Amino acid sequence: MTVRVQTEDFDAGFEISQLRKARKDIGAVVSFIGLVRDLNDGDAVSQLTLEHYPGMTEKSLASIINQAKARWNIMDALIVHRVGTLQPGDQIVLVVTGGAHRGEVFAACEFIMDYLKTEAPFWKKEATQQGEHWVEAKSTDDEARERWDRN
Amino acid sequence: MKIKLFYFARLKETLKYSTEDLELTDSGDAWTILKLKAYLAKRGDVWGQMLMGKLKVRAAINHELVHDNAPIADGDEVAFFPPVTGG
Repeated sequence: MTVRVQTEDFDAGFEISQLRKARKDIGAVVSFIGLVRDLNDGDAVSQLTLEHYPGMTEKSLASIINQAKARWNIMDALIVHRVGTLQPGDQIVLVVTGGAHRGEVFAACEFIMDYLKTEAPFWKKEATQQGEHWVEAKSTDDEARERWDRN
Repeated sequence: MKIKLFYFARLKETLKYSTEDLELTDSGDAWTILKLKAYLAKRGDVWGQMLMGKLKVRAAINHELVHDNAPIADGDEVAFFPPVTGG
């Protein structure tokens, strides 16, 4: 398991190959990359700043991977999340899961992202032409997380 | 008892505090997150608005998300922050 919170950009290809090369019983790898969009709720976004809670954030991400591992037969998982000031088009987050077969690996990757968005202590602040504002949590993210409790 | 407090995001910015050490005196009832929020809210308008107002506030004790009735112990690290928006 790998969990990193960093200001630097990441190379998804490199991270995937590291995870893939570590063992030969992995038959499926799924990855998700989240990006900064230049439009949010109709406003043009010029910049995004991400804050986190050092210590708690890393523990929270590791706990989310452990919950995914308890639920599905995945062999490895990685989360890299950036903090600091980002521009539209920049990468924010990378989640990679690896396992024997695709079904469980797809599910685990989606589960990790849904939990990350609702449980891991990160906060986004957007800069638009109207000034800076903190991004509000979305109920659709809570719903996406809650559906995992039902099945 | 002594605790360490952290504030994040909108709370940190509005309260103009990122961290503080706090000495809490025993006054019968045990200290909980709710009691601490009510105590801090007495510092003034902006504290009341941020901690006991309409905005949702989440709390953590020693890096674990907790509810309002969670007990606080000597040496704990307590944090207050808005609902999370990462990813």
